[in-house]
Amino acid sequence: MSTAEAAGPPGRRRLAARPSTWLAWALSAFFFVNLAGVIGVVVVDSFGTRWFTSWLPEGFTLSWYGQAWREFGLSQVFLVTVEVSLLVVAISAVVGVPSAYVLARRSFPGKKIVTVLFLLPILVPPITYGIPLATVLYKFHLAGTLAGVIVANLVPSVPFVVLTMTPFIEQIDPTIESAARMSGARTFSVFTRILTPLLVPGILAASILVLVRTVGMFELTFLTAGPDSQTLVVALYYAVFSAGIRTQQSIDAMAVLYTLSMVVLLVVALRFVNPTQLVTRIKEEGATR
Amino acid sequence: MGASGFEALRLDRITRRFGDQVALRELDLTIRGGEFVALLGPSGCGKSTALNCLAGLLPLSGGSIWLDERRIDTVPPERRGFGMVFQNYALFPHLSVRANIAFGLAMHRVPKAEAKRRVEDVIRLVQLTEHAHKHPAQLSGGQQQRVAIARAIVLEPPLVLMDEPLSNLDAKLRLEMRTEIRRLHQRLDLTTVYVTHDQEEALSMADRLVVLRDGEVQQVGTPEEVYAEPVNRYVAGFMGYRNMLAFGVESCAGGEVTLAAGSARLTGVNRDGVRGGTAVAAIRPEDVGVVEADAANRVPVTVEVVEYHGREQAVQARLQGGEELHFRTTRRLAPGDQVDVGAPPERVLVFGTDDAGTGGEGRAVAPDARTTPARVDSGAGA
Amino acid sequence: MPGRHPHAWTRGREHEHPPVVSEQRAHFEYVRAGKRRDGRAGSGIAGSGIMSADRSFRHRLAERGVDRTLLLLLPGVLFLVLLFCYPFAYGLGLSFQPQKGGGPFANYVTFFTDPYLRGTVWITFKLGLPAALVNVIASVPVALRTRGSFRGKRLMTILLVVPVTLGTVLTAEGLLSYLGPNGWFNKVLTALHIVDRPVALVHNYWGVLASLLITGFPFAYLLTLSYLTGIDPTLERAAATLGAGWWQRFRRVTLPLLAPGLAITFCLSFVLAFSVFPSAQLVGDPRGSTHVISIEAYHAAFQQYDYSMGSAIAMVMAALMLVVVALVLAWRATFYRGATGGKG
Repeated sequence: MSTAEAAGPPGRRRLAARPSTWLAWALSAFFFVNLAGVIGVVVVDSFGTRWFTSWLPEGFTLSWYGQAWREFGLSQVFLVTVEVSLLVVAISAVVGVPSAYVLARRSFPGKKIVTVLFLLPILVPPITYGIPLATVLYKFHLAGTLAGVIVANLVPSVPFVVLTMTPFIEQIDPTIESAARMSGARTFSVFTRILTPLLVPGILAASILVLVRTVGMFELTFLTAGPDSQTLVVALYYAVFSAGIRTQQSIDAMAVLYTLSMVVLLVVALRFVNPTQLVTRIKEEGATR
Repeated sequence: MGASGFEALRLDRITRRFGDQVALRELDLTIRGGEFVALLGPSGCGKSTALNCLAGLLPLSGGSIWLDERRIDTVPPERRGFGMVFQNYALFPHLSVRANIAFGLAMHRVPKAEAKRRVEDVIRLVQLTEHAHKHPAQLSGGQQQRVAIARAIVLEPPLVLMDEPLSNLDAKLRLEMRTEIRRLHQRLDLTTVYVTHDQEEALSMADRLVVLRDGEVQQVGTPEEVYAEPVNRYVAGFMGYRNMLAFGVESCAGGEVTLAAGSARLTGVNRDGVRGGTAVAAIRPEDVGVVEADAANRVPVTVEVVEYHGREQAVQARLQGGEELHFRTTRRLAPGDQVDVGAPPERVLVFGTDDAGTGGEGRAVAPDARTTPARVDSGAGA
Repeated sequence: MPGRHPHAWTRGREHEHPPVVSEQRAHFEYVRAGKRRDGRAGSGIAGSGIMSADRSFRHRLAERGVDRTLLLLLPGVLFLVLLFCYPFAYGLGLSFQPQKGGGPFANYVTFFTDPYLRGTVWITFKLGLPAALVNVIASVPVALRTRGSFRGKRLMTILLVVPVTLGTVLTAEGLLSYLGPNGWFNKVLTALHIVDRPVALVHNYWGVLASLLITGFPFAYLLTLSYLTGIDPTLERAAATLGAGWWQRFRRVTLPLLAPGLAITFCLSFVLAFSVFPSAQLVGDPRGSTHVISIEAYHAAFQQYDYSMGSAIAMVMAALMLVVVALVLAWRATFYRGATGGKG
């Protein structure tokens, strides 16, 4: 940018930079203010004693968190959430990474079809395949169980791992693999000694993103979960939907807990991933040169 | 330390296709143990394909490869035991220099103590002792290159394959590494197949050159042969014969052809069995000079562009008929000057315009009707 | 092993045993290609016929990229066929076997003749299209502004991405309070005397739209930003040196290059907005003005236990979705291609 701006006369440059900047700042500010309001209201309410029409609650308390924990059986819900998401992450990484390798490296007849097959579950709204999938799972008596929830969540997760890993694999120079072969490494050694160490950042990134997605995945879990296999987000939905019976504040406390865990995951994720690299497959050095 | 350990590596009509496209057509070549062979050609000529086929990284579409009496083209690359140096070095970025070099030894289950000794020996040989603990990213291009070479030779392979190993280095370093590679080749008695697009590199390093074009061999020979006696116009163009002047044939006598260049006459060596019609005179810029009135092959030209090259000047001039002529001179010329230039007849090679049906020297002319005037810029690699 | 060098051309190198030129020439063994083809055709490959036939078949496959490495693809493909394709096909089949009878197409006929059911499509588009459009358009200036590196970029990115973590449920919950009649938003508006009485922003169209904007914008922004960083910034500098002002630079250089990426961004944003489910349930109008198609699909399948009808509606959804994606991609194809793919 600096060069572009320096190219014009200084006076015009200042004018030229303005409209898009103003627009960008105004849009961001509006977005952030309202976002802060939306989050803030939930957070404040979760600590508030009684809050009707005033700007702020009458007093503050921590008691809603304890109440929410007991009322909604959150120990169980958290346990389920952790179990589901870790298993989904592990399985989708094991299944997805080899597929991503082949798709990143090889061209073969029918590659387009396979690519589309891997893209479709991400392109199509979860609820469209979630309903038939849940029906099938009911048929096999898997719906309502932990296994059912995991299976359903794997459907978008495996393609997501493939999509996320592909650029990471493409960044590894294929001649490095050739070099390993020329040094006498067989396929297994190439994978364990060369590719895996080089792919650790990518695998971590994909895993964390799948974790975030799975914890946040509402539709599929909602359609397949039973009372004992609800993840946090579904439990939260049921709590809100059946509001009136529950106190508003304990629901908000639960929502805050949910958001907190998500934010922690996300911040961890962003340590490993540059979010803009997820779509375009531009190598870092290629972009900066 | 290493010895080539084989008599001959024989490529028997190896062919590689990519879909409908033939990248390499029936290449026959025998490489003797200890030899340094360069595969030379512009990008897309099939030289890297040939190297990768030899390495086993690309399966053959046809033909076979024999190491003495053993057929090896069915053997996967990891079991051929060849060493390879890649254009971009392909060092393992997560391993230190030492671990990079030791990798192959570990793969071959060489006992630890011996592996350690060999790694240290090779590190000393390529002068990387003080960098052995570093990772590839911390090294300069030349150092990375040395690591790549060390990694390839630590296994004492019967054959070392090098794929344009110097093309990523700057000019000065390239010259140093050239000598270095040649030194290692001799010292370790390696057999080396070296791929390059730089004719100067090939000429200065190799014992034998294989000039390729569109997947077909044009000429095989010693650097002297290929340099002085290119078998066809294409090889000539690649060997620095930058001036390719097409004129009508006036007379043929013995091994000489005389062409009618406007009012002037141009006599040269008949390299292509030219009998009449139009022919092409191939002349190196450095063989053309400003001449006095009675010199042979005297042609009047008008100077157009003058480039300063230190002691000499590179001049682009135009013949009366409009043809471009490049030459070198120590004379101070300026655009617009009219001078007479000439070249010794023995340095003017005359080829037919269509490369077909001509004999060459009984070797290495692939009939190719599509031949167009080769305009390979000799300056590209030099 | 000294003395093995067969160098004919020594260039002053030292050899213990000077090589003999003729001996070396004997090893050239290079025969003209044409001659070889005539003289020794077919006699080249040694080994048994079976072995070479097998080998040539493997060769042909390997040339086209088929070899054992492809087996690595097997688990993933198998997995998707089993868990994605099969259920989809099953659902499709199921949708043609209506539980209430009336021929295979009864579900679809019902869906498209019942004005209430048919209306859900319209409602969905009315929510999804503006949401996707606004998100994509708003993301462009923000992405343009934030593409370079600047202080606090990481924080900015995190802040912009936070709404992704909120999930639809918390967003809905927050919106209900924030935009509600006693919420902060209405309080500010009344305090500033912009409105006299609280505006109804929840339990109607606007609440659902707001929730779609909040959850969808970060997503659109990330995509747009990544496409934008794929455009070589020197192109704009080049345009600037040619005298293009900021608008011309944007209009003539950046936008055409960005357009294919924006098309994809729009598609994905629309997919997100199209599948709006929990927020439409929670922030939406209980009387039905935000009764989107996904709610109806769920309703049919899991509240009326008419799996057949539910599947039929899901199929309609998928079809509509794919039509929109196809339209956008067709429009995209009319643009210059080489742009934002960013093939590294």
